[in-house]
Amino acid sequence: MTKRPALLTLALWLIPLAFLAYFFYQPLTAIFRVVFSERFSQGWALFEWSQVSRPLGFTILQAFLSTVLTLVVGLPAAWLFARFDFPGRKALRAISLLPFILPTVVVAAAFNTLIGPQGWINQALMALFNLSAPPLKLLTSLPAILLAHVFYNTSIIIRIVSSSWSRLNPRLEHAARLLGATPWQTFTKVTLPLLVPSLLSASLLVFLFDFTSFGVVLMLGGPQFSTIEVEIYNQAMNRFNLPVAGLLSVIQLGITLLVTLLQNRVNTPRYGKAALNPERSALSRPERRWQKVFVLFMAITLVLLFAVPVLSLISRSFVTLEADRGQRGEVAVGFTLRYYQELFLNRSGSIFYVPPIQAIRNSLLYSGVTILIAGILGTLTAYAMAQKARFNKFLEPLFMLPLGASAVTLGLGFLLIFNRPPWANSHFPLLIPIAHALIALPFVVRTILPAIRGIPESLREASRSLGANPLQVLLRVDLPILLRSLLVSLVFAFTISLGEFGASSFLSNPHTPTIPVAIYRYISQPGALNYGQALAMSTLLLLVCGLGSILIEKIRLPGEELF
Amino acid sequence: MLEVQNLIKQYENKPLLKGVSFSVQKGELVCLLGSSGSGKSTILRIIAGLEEPESGVVLWQGRDLRDVPTHKRGFGLMFQDYALFPHKTVTQNIAFGLEMQGMRADEISRRVQAGLESIRMQSFADRPITELSGGEQQRVALARALAPSPNLLMLDEPLGALDHTLRTQLIQELRAILHQSQIPVVYVTHDREEAFGLADRLVILHDGIILQQGSPQELFEQPSTTWVAEFLGLGNLIQGVVTQTDPLTIKTEFTELKTNSQFTQFNEGQEVQVLLRPEDALIGAPMASEENHFACLVRDSLFMGEYFQLELLCSHTTLLARSPLPIETGSELTVSWHAEKIRVFTKE
Repeated sequence: MTKRPALLTLALWLIPLAFLAYFFYQPLTAIFRVVFSERFSQGWALFEWSQVSRPLGFTILQAFLSTVLTLVVGLPAAWLFARFDFPGRKALRAISLLPFILPTVVVAAAFNTLIGPQGWINQALMALFNLSAPPLKLLTSLPAILLAHVFYNTSIIIRIVSSSWSRLNPRLEHAARLLGATPWQTFTKVTLPLLVPSLLSASLLVFLFDFTSFGVVLMLGGPQFSTIEVEIYNQAMNRFNLPVAGLLSVIQLGITLLVTLLQNRVNTPRYGKAALNPERSALSRPERRWQKVFVLFMAITLVLLFAVPVLSLISRSFVTLEADRGQRGEVAVGFTLRYYQELFLNRSGSIFYVPPIQAIRNSLLYSGVTILIAGILGTLTAYAMAQKARFNKFLEPLFMLPLGASAVTLGLGFLLIFNRPPWANSHFPLLIPIAHALIALPFVVRTILPAIRGIPESLREASRSLGANPLQVLLRVDLPILLRSLLVSLVFAFTISLGEFGASSFLSNPHTPTIPVAIYRYISQPGALNYGQALAMSTLLLLVCGLGSILIEKIRLPGEELF
Repeated sequence: MLEVQNLIKQYENKPLLKGVSFSVQKGELVCLLGSSGSGKSTILRIIAGLEEPESGVVLWQGRDLRDVPTHKRGFGLMFQDYALFPHKTVTQNIAFGLEMQGMRADEISRRVQAGLESIRMQSFADRPITELSGGEQQRVALARALAPSPNLLMLDEPLGALDHTLRTQLIQELRAILHQSQIPVVYVTHDREEAFGLADRLVILHDGIILQQGSPQELFEQPSTTWVAEFLGLGNLIQGVVTQTDPLTIKTEFTELKTNSQFTQFNEGQEVQVLLRPEDALIGAPMASEENHFACLVRDSLFMGEYFQLELLCSHTTLLARSPLPIETGSELTVSWHAEKIRVFTKE
């Protein structure tokens, strides 16, 4: 296997690169073409700078505010999980990390059931004070967006910062205390400076996710809160102004790449082993009173933040509170399974031509194809990257670029290139899974690559010396070792595909909705039934993703992280 | 000055310290010696205020330190892994404690300079910690702990991470620096060479209690139990039975050993252990007055530099003995131990 590394590596690169060139760089070029070659055509004549500057300004503002708020919650939470041992720690950590894997539409639906006009709070107030309309207009507001972003991204801060915090040698803090530093001085002069790399890296990642947030903003923000992503969608799908949509995509890509480069820079560990915790665990039971108060307070906060929206979604999907569309008279308030039963029916008044169960079938099919494509391409790519070939240095960034394109940008690019026979979705259903595979690919590579690099070459050499041919080496040595990481990455790709909304919203047509697209359309329609069906589907999606998350935790090796 | 009274502490629901008491006088260097897991480091952490004992008190000049937080105790602790701040330079590390005292900048730089001189590392002042070798880090950690002139200095296996040659060299340096500073010191180690080389007083910790304390010489000559004798690596420990109490005579597998008659706490027929130190062995034909001599086969002879270490087979028992002269392997010889050099312990 090592005889002609360059040739072998090139062969490994061949298929992934061809795939990327066709399905990523071609659409990307199309976006640039639309923006720059049709500069003076009709699209630009109607163009006003404020069409770009307003969404850009708002996107940066909300991303900044979201990041700061996420840090406010995430930093103490990271400390909690890095240093304290308490009953229920594992369960609390699990529910704190769950949001990361939840689809945006599910999160949006969950907050809708809490603070929306048909949500628990408004319905309860209406029942209590006998009101005819929802009294609180919480949904289409900046705080709703910020809250959902905090819900979403606190898990990133917890994952990154708490893992580097728990690896931080607690004796450094003890040494500072012994040298006369108060607890606060110890934090600001020792702990915080040592956490800066991971803190910056996590914050930039959170900023990036907030910056490219699409589903949450679309569903919780309303028309007056248009971020770049939402504006790309609006310009392309509602106003058919492709040049402006393209320009916004180019800006999105540029800023994302900039932040990613910055993030890679700060992410390099600075102090080597010097700051590492020599002991297995730095966890201790809260002993002093302020520690107990802190642990209790954080536990309650995290449960409120993470469990309440999820429970609200699940419970609301089983309850009738208000009238159906066009229904008159008294509404029977109470438990119901109707929303789930209705998923299998196709009513004449339905906004789809097919029963909702079809959306579930579509999504499962797409996800299956996604993991097939992402699995094969991801494994090939990871093997290519693991080789010691000189040109890898140039090929790797080329490969990680798709991470910088938001799903909406990807969707726009696909729309520009493939929106004609034979590619149009009605004839070629592979377009959505291909987009999903592009989104999942970097995650798959990042999960498998360290595992491949971790296989000692001596194992392969030993099996060769015992008479195994290259294929046998691959099947008997590499595969069993890689199996866990491969499974983890495939489960993750599966949940990404199931929940993907940005690209799907561009590519799916009324005949072939995916679950998230169906949820979005249902929840935008009036009436209890549409709302209930959206919640039922969200709940099912939530359960599948929750199971996926549990599966990932079960099969991943300790210390392996998804990013 | 420092008094530790009856410390009791559990670790993961198992008793770790079962009532530990000792004190440290002004300018004294006390060595806490014990195997790993004996709770030595925990004692330091309790004195430092980093952990709380279940019961027991730590007194400083008669004052109970229970409610005094770590940063107000004015104690220095040097950690086993040094715990140097990796984001600070050598100078910044040493200055940290002085800054916490709110000292003026010129005074800080003067004292840091003095500290660097005392460890002979002036040229390293602006190096990042991550570029230092183990021995250099050890010296910086010592300078950092000493810089704020702590009331008491604690060292937790400070030479543990270093290789043997460096250790022997640093023990000398450490001794000089510590004695010069006149600060009372509690020094924790599992290495008896280190302990004997440094301590004014040794405290032997085993299984959560203090087995014995005293000067190195006292412990060497009068170990109180077989565990202490074995832990200090003092020599051959042999099973025996008391046959006579005055003078105390022990029957072993290979001979009958007579000792001084001072030992009165034994009864006839009692099972005991006998300590025969290799360095007390007398090799060759016995003088008329000598007792306790017996014939052995030389199984192995090892050149140790200043002496030869002999492995003797006496009946079925293997004994170690020292000889100033080389002796051929396979030869037979007579070996004897003076009655007053023999120590007897009750069997544990």
